[in-house]
Amino acid sequence: MAQTFRGGIHPPEMKEATSEMPLKVAPVPDEVIIPLVQHIGAPCNPIVDKGDQVKRGQMVGEPGGFVSAPVHASISGTVTKVEPRPHYLGRKIPAIVIQSDGKDEWADGLNVEAEIGSLSREQLIERIQSAGIVGLGGATFPTHVKLSPPNNSPIDTVILNGAECEPYVTCDDRIMIERPNDIVEGLKIMMKVLNANTGIIGIEANKPKAIETLREAVDKEPSISVATLKVKYPQGSEKQLIYALTRRKVPAGGLPMAVGVVNQNVATTLAVYYAAKYKKPLIERALTITGDGVEQPGNYMVRVGTSVRELLDMAGMKPEANKLVLGGPMMGLAQYTQDISVTKGTNGILVIANAESWDHTACIRCGSCVDACPMNLNPSEISIACEASDVSAIKSTQILDCFECGSCAYVCPSKRPIVHWVKFGKAELSKLKAQNQQKAVEPVAEKK
Amino acid sequence: MWTVAAVLVLPAVYGVSIFGLNALITILISVASCVATEFAIYGLFRHKTTVQDGSAVVTGLLLAFVLPPASPWYVPLVGGVFAIAVVKLAFGGLGYNIWNPALAARAFLLACWSVSLVSTWTNPVAHVRELRRTNDQLQMISTRVDGVTAATPLNARKRALAVYNEAIQKGREQSLPPAFRIEDPKEILRRLNVANKTSYLDLLVGLRGGCIGETCVVLLLLGGTILLIRGYIKWYIPIPYIATVALLTWALPVRLEMPGGAARLIAFAGDPLFHVLSGGLVLGAFFMATDMVTSPLTQKGCIIFAVGCGLMTALIRIYGGYPEGVCYSILLMNTATPLIDRYTKPKTFGAVKK
Repeated sequence: MAQTFRGGIHPPEMKEATSEMPLKVAPVPDEVIIPLVQHIGAPCNPIVDKGDQVKRGQMVGEPGGFVSAPVHASISGTVTKVEPRPHYLGRKIPAIVIQSDGKDEWADGLNVEAEIGSLSREQLIERIQSAGIVGLGGATFPTHVKLSPPNNSPIDTVILNGAECEPYVTCDDRIMIERPNDIVEGLKIMMKVLNANTGIIGIEANKPKAIETLREAVDKEPSISVATLKVKYPQGSEKQLIYALTRRKVPAGGLPMAVGVVNQNVATTLAVYYAAKYKKPLIERALTITGDGVEQPGNYMVRVGTSVRELLDMAGMKPEANKLVLGGPMMGLAQYTQDISVTKGTNGILVIANAESWDHTACIRCGSCVDACPMNLNPSEISIACEASDVSAIKSTQILDCFECGSCAYVCPSKRPIVHWVKFGKAELSKLKAQNQQKAVEPVAEKK
Repeated sequence: MWTVAAVLVLPAVYGVSIFGLNALITILISVASCVATEFAIYGLFRHKTTVQDGSAVVTGLLLAFVLPPASPWYVPLVGGVFAIAVVKLAFGGLGYNIWNPALAARAFLLACWSVSLVSTWTNPVAHVRELRRTNDQLQMISTRVDGVTAATPLNARKRALAVYNEAIQKGREQSLPPAFRIEDPKEILRRLNVANKTSYLDLLVGLRGGCIGETCVVLLLLGGTILLIRGYIKWYIPIPYIATVALLTWALPVRLEMPGGAARLIAFAGDPLFHVLSGGLVLGAFFMATDMVTSPLTQKGCIIFAVGCGLMTALIRIYGGYPEGVCYSILLMNTATPLIDRYTKPKTFGAVKK
């Protein structure tokens, strides 16, 4: 029945608070802050100035290259500022601040229904690109790039990621239950664009209603099936998902297209459908506000750029709340301020009460991390090398294959912050690479 | 670590009840020495102490467990200092030591005070008889202070075989008991074993001479199972270790001198159950070899390590100079652990063969 991969962990699911709550549309905010970086790739360049009037869905930041995605105004109103603002990545990033005019009007040409069957492959990709669609599972990779593999990488299978393996988060579960047909239509669009003949929707077994709903929706689609996955973290990770569903191993350092597969999150697929069918840019997304630090957890459809502070005021924060995480507890990022805005990649706002911090000790070489790592790496070795800041030792490890899922840190009896060290180690390797590249370019200094 | 310490209390209590006050004193001195040394050295370096993680206490207990009950007071004292200061802290503290501190300390003590460590055995069987007679624990303990130089079961069998071989070699077969002047070599071996027999039940329960903590197999197995179930140790060290020892002690050929000058090698005639239940094998397999710091990281590595320990233990017990091989075999495999780790590196998911 349920398929799976080697390694992984079983953290408590913590989804009871919100899994039964239908998506509520969050109130349209009075002000939005649209960062120019909401994706992997080149940052956007602003194309509006202070004082400009913008409409809902109007492009306000143009892509900085092919691997990039435009950003749009999520409300209609006036641009009040274009300046660096706190961002969930932890540093200030240039953003477009828009004050609402109360009208919430769409820009011209948007929100117009089209006949998908009449659109060509190129037209579909163009709609997806200009809608600024990026991977909504959290990685935010520009979708039009993913849907344009080179000719020598034919795709035969499109996989939809309905695993939602992060504890606490339930927004994907809700959109699968509430908008199954839209998701299936989105999948069909992607299969057409990629010329793929098979579609598989992978859903973890802890979402029986979503499985049932989607099975019904694909009943009449012979080339699409729904597969049940064993509940394990990180089943939603791309390589592990592809392996569990197709038994194909994506080569280390490679992309799924190398094994003929493209994988998309279900929320991304929904956005693809809306972009293709209604020419709607990506200006809102479903997310879960939860944690034992909020009074009223729930699943919300939120406009991109909405202030997290406003959302937390709406949900009500308890006095004992002392930690804010954007994303899930495993791979989400802890925040130092509430004054950040929801971006395309925000799938969860997690508020924790009475969170503790702790000291770590030396690696006792128990091997639990090696057993847990879904990529079969050696987190023990990596952690020791990074702790000692030994760059040559770091280089000899497989650190670049780590996607920072946190399984190792979760099982470590010495409570070692392995993922923090991996981020540090990767930064050290980038620094080294940059230094070496510079050395190759600079002329050799003359000997005196 | 404290769970391991708690589990070790059971064999400790047994050891004290069966061997007397001396055993208690040895245990206390050993634990105190380990804890005090750790405190002192961290204090000396103005470092926050790590005594509260319980590993010094566990080392103290395990060190006491591998010492004879009537060891002079300076033996566990020096052993504790050596185990913590040299074997553990000099290498970097918890997580960095290469050798198991308790076992390395025992090897050191054997080198320093070889007589004390091999001849101060206490015979528990007489002890138990005494217990049944007097019915008063305290009185009994104080009358059994000095050890009896009685052989441990492993020692007894090894010596018996050596005595027999020497007698035949020197042409003195007439000096042997009639039961041994027969033709069939396998039968001779069997009778040698029977003559130096401690019943399997006695071995299981621990009614035999030996080190303080190694005798009661049943309690050690119980403790080991608790640790396995709770996930503190993995099965892939103790099970392959014991299995290898059982297999090899049964299969490996033993040299038996025959009258007339020819010596025969008798294979597949060993007594595996005896070997598994005697000496420090169960203690070593479940509590020493499983020490995470000094054993390999991966499952495959641990199995190689365990089989290596089993091989060395069998070889030392059968062919080596010592009656017991667990201590040295684990130390030797600890030395090999970094090498094993290097050759059993996990293969990255999707790794491309270059």
